[in-house]
Amino acid sequence: MSLDFFDLKMHKSNLIYALKRIIYALPTIAGLLILTFFISRVIPSDPAALVAGEMATPEQIEALRQEYGFDQPLYIQLVDYFRALLQADLGKSLYSGRKVITDLIDRFPATLELTIVAMVISILVGVPLGIIAALRRNSLLDHALRAFTVAGLAIASFWLGIMLQLLFSMWLGIAPLGTRIGVDAPRFISGMYLFDAALTLNGSAFLSALQHIALPSITLAFASFATIARFTRSGVLDVIQEDFIIYERAMGLPPRLVVYKYLLRNALISTVTQIGLLFGLLLAGTVVIETVFDWPGLGLYAYNAIILSDYQAILGVTLWAGIVYITVNLIVDISLTVIDPRKAEL
Amino acid sequence: MSGLRLAWTKFSRDRLAFSGFLIVFLLVLVAICAGVLAPYPEDIFNIHPAERLQPPSMKHYLGTDSMGRDIFSRLLFGARVTLIISFIAVGSSLLIGVPLGLVAGYFENWFSELIMRVADIFLSIPQVILAIFLAQSFGPSIQSVILALSITYWPWFTRIVYAETRALKKTAFIEATEALGAGTLRTILLHVPPNVSSPIIVRSSIGMGFTILTAATLGFLGIGAQPPTPEWGVTIAESRRYLPDAWWYATFPGLAIFLVVMGFNMLGDGLRDILDPRIRRGFD
Repeated sequence: MSLDFFDLKMHKSNLIYALKRIIYALPTIAGLLILTFFISRVIPSDPAALVAGEMATPEQIEALRQEYGFDQPLYIQLVDYFRALLQADLGKSLYSGRKVITDLIDRFPATLELTIVAMVISILVGVPLGIIAALRRNSLLDHALRAFTVAGLAIASFWLGIMLQLLFSMWLGIAPLGTRIGVDAPRFISGMYLFDAALTLNGSAFLSALQHIALPSITLAFASFATIARFTRSGVLDVIQEDFIIYERAMGLPPRLVVYKYLLRNALISTVTQIGLLFGLLLAGTVVIETVFDWPGLGLYAYNAIILSDYQAILGVTLWAGIVYITVNLIVDISLTVIDPRKAEL
Repeated sequence: MSGLRLAWTKFSRDRLAFSGFLIVFLLVLVAICAGVLAPYPEDIFNIHPAERLQPPSMKHYLGTDSMGRDIFSRLLFGARVTLIISFIAVGSSLLIGVPLGLVAGYFENWFSELIMRVADIFLSIPQVILAIFLAQSFGPSIQSVILALSITYWPWFTRIVYAETRALKKTAFIEATEALGAGTLRTILLHVPPNVSSPIIVRSSIGMGFTILTAATLGFLGIGAQPPTPEWGVTIAESRRYLPDAWWYATFPGLAIFLVVMGFNMLGDGLRDILDPRIRRGFD
C-alpha cells in the first residue's frame, strides 16, 4: 500500500507547523535540564557524596566536590551544568570508569532494537485486533479483547517477564535465557543485531538474535499492545458513525473499500498519535525488562547503576530518556500533520 | 430518584466497575485486618530456616520463602504497605496538582502558562524513569518512594483540572456566579471544585493503579522498600534466585499486584462511565 493511497502530501502549512513545534520543544528541553539540576544538585544534602558513591572516602568526596564545582554558588553550578551538557559531557561512571555518554552510546542500540521490535509487535497485533473488535462490536472476540487489554495494563512487566522465563526457558526449554545472541555477533553496522545480521546475510546470527529477543520483546510489548488495540477500536468506532462513511456506503461503495480506505486511515492517525506516548512507556519498561532478561542495553545499565549507587550514570540515563522522549514526540506530532492536515493548527 | 441513588444503581449494574469496587474494598479490608487474618503474623520478621522453600500446603497456603516465612501472611501485610504508599502518594499529588490546575485554568496569564509548562516538563521524562531518578536521589526507603511518586504524578491532576476549569469558565453558570458578586477566591474555592470533581475521582483511581505498579517496580529494582519489608516487588526480587524450583515464591506476589491494580483500573473505568457520560470509554 503506497502512501499515495492515503493522499499524503507535505504542505507548506506542515513546514510552518514543524518549525513552530521545534521551537516550542526548546524550552521544554531547557526545563528538563533545570529540573534534573534541581533534583540532583539542590535537593540532596551532599550531592558530592551522592556522585562519589557509597564506597568513597571523605578525601575522595572532597576531591569530587572540587572537580564538579559543588562548592560554587548554585547559579554558577547551573551555568556549568548547562555548559557541560551542551558539550554532551555527563561526567564519569563509577561502574565502568568511562564517560557516561560513551556508555550510553554503546548501549543504546540494544535498547533501541528491543523497543522497535516491541513496537512492531504491538502494532502488528494491536491494530488489526482493534479494527476487528470495532467492526464486530459485542462479539466474543470484542469481549475477550476487552478483558485482555484491561489485564495487560495491570500486569507488572517484571513479573510477566519472570513468569515467561519460568515457563518457556526453565520448564519447556524452548527459549534461551539472558543476553542478546548465542553465536558471534554480526559485523557492526548499527549495533542492532537483527538489522546487522540481515544486512550481512548472516543467517545463523539472525536466527539466534531472533530467539533471544523473542521473550523480552513480547514482555515489553504487552502493555503497549493493549493500549494500541484499545485506541484503534475507539478510533474506528468514532469514524464509523460519521456521515461520510454512511454516505459512502449508501452510495453503494463496497464495504471492504470503505473499511480499507477510510477506517484504516483513521486507525493510522490514532496509532501514530499513540506511538509517542507508547515510546515513553516502552523506554521506561526497558529498565525492568532488561534487568529481568539480562539484556545489555541502557535499562540494565541503569539497574547496575542503581545497585552500585552510580549517580552520574543514573542522571545520564534520565536525561537521555527525557531527550529521546521529547524528540520522538516531536517527530510524531510533525508526521501527524502530514497524515491529517487539520492537526497543523498550533 | 435522587442523583446519588441513581449513580449507585448505575454503578451496581456495571459489572466491571462493581467488581473493581469489590476488589478494592477487599484490599482495604485485608490491609486493615492483616494482623487478624494472617495465619503467621510474626513472619514479617521472624525466620524459620527449617521450613524454608516449602510448596503450598494446608499449613502454608501459598508456601514459604527462602527464610521459611509464610508467604500468604506476608502478602497480606504487603497489601498494607502498598496501600499506604499509594494512598499517600496519590493524596499528595492531589494536594499539589489540583490547586495548581485550578489557578492555571481560572486565570489566563503568564503564571498559568508557567504552571502548565512546568507540568509539561515533568511529563517530558518517562514517568517510571523520573520516579527511579527521584527515589535514587532521596535514598532507598518507603518515604522516598512516596515522595518520588507524588512528584511524578501531580502533573496529571494539574492537566485535567486545568482543562476542566477552562471549559467551566466559559459556561453561563460561572458567569452568573460572578455577576451575583462572588469574588475570584470564592469562585475558585467553592464553585469550581465540585464541578471538576468527577474527572479527578476517576484519575485518582487510575493513579492508585499506577502508583501501586511503580512502587512495586521500585521495590523490585532495590530503590524502594527494603527487605525484610513484606513489599510485593521486593518479594519478587528475592524470589528470582530460587527459580525454577520455588515457583510459588515469585508467582503469588505478582498475582496480588495484578489483582489489585486491575481492581483500581476497573473501578476507574466504571466511575468514568457513571460520573462523566460525555467521555465514552474505549471499551463499552
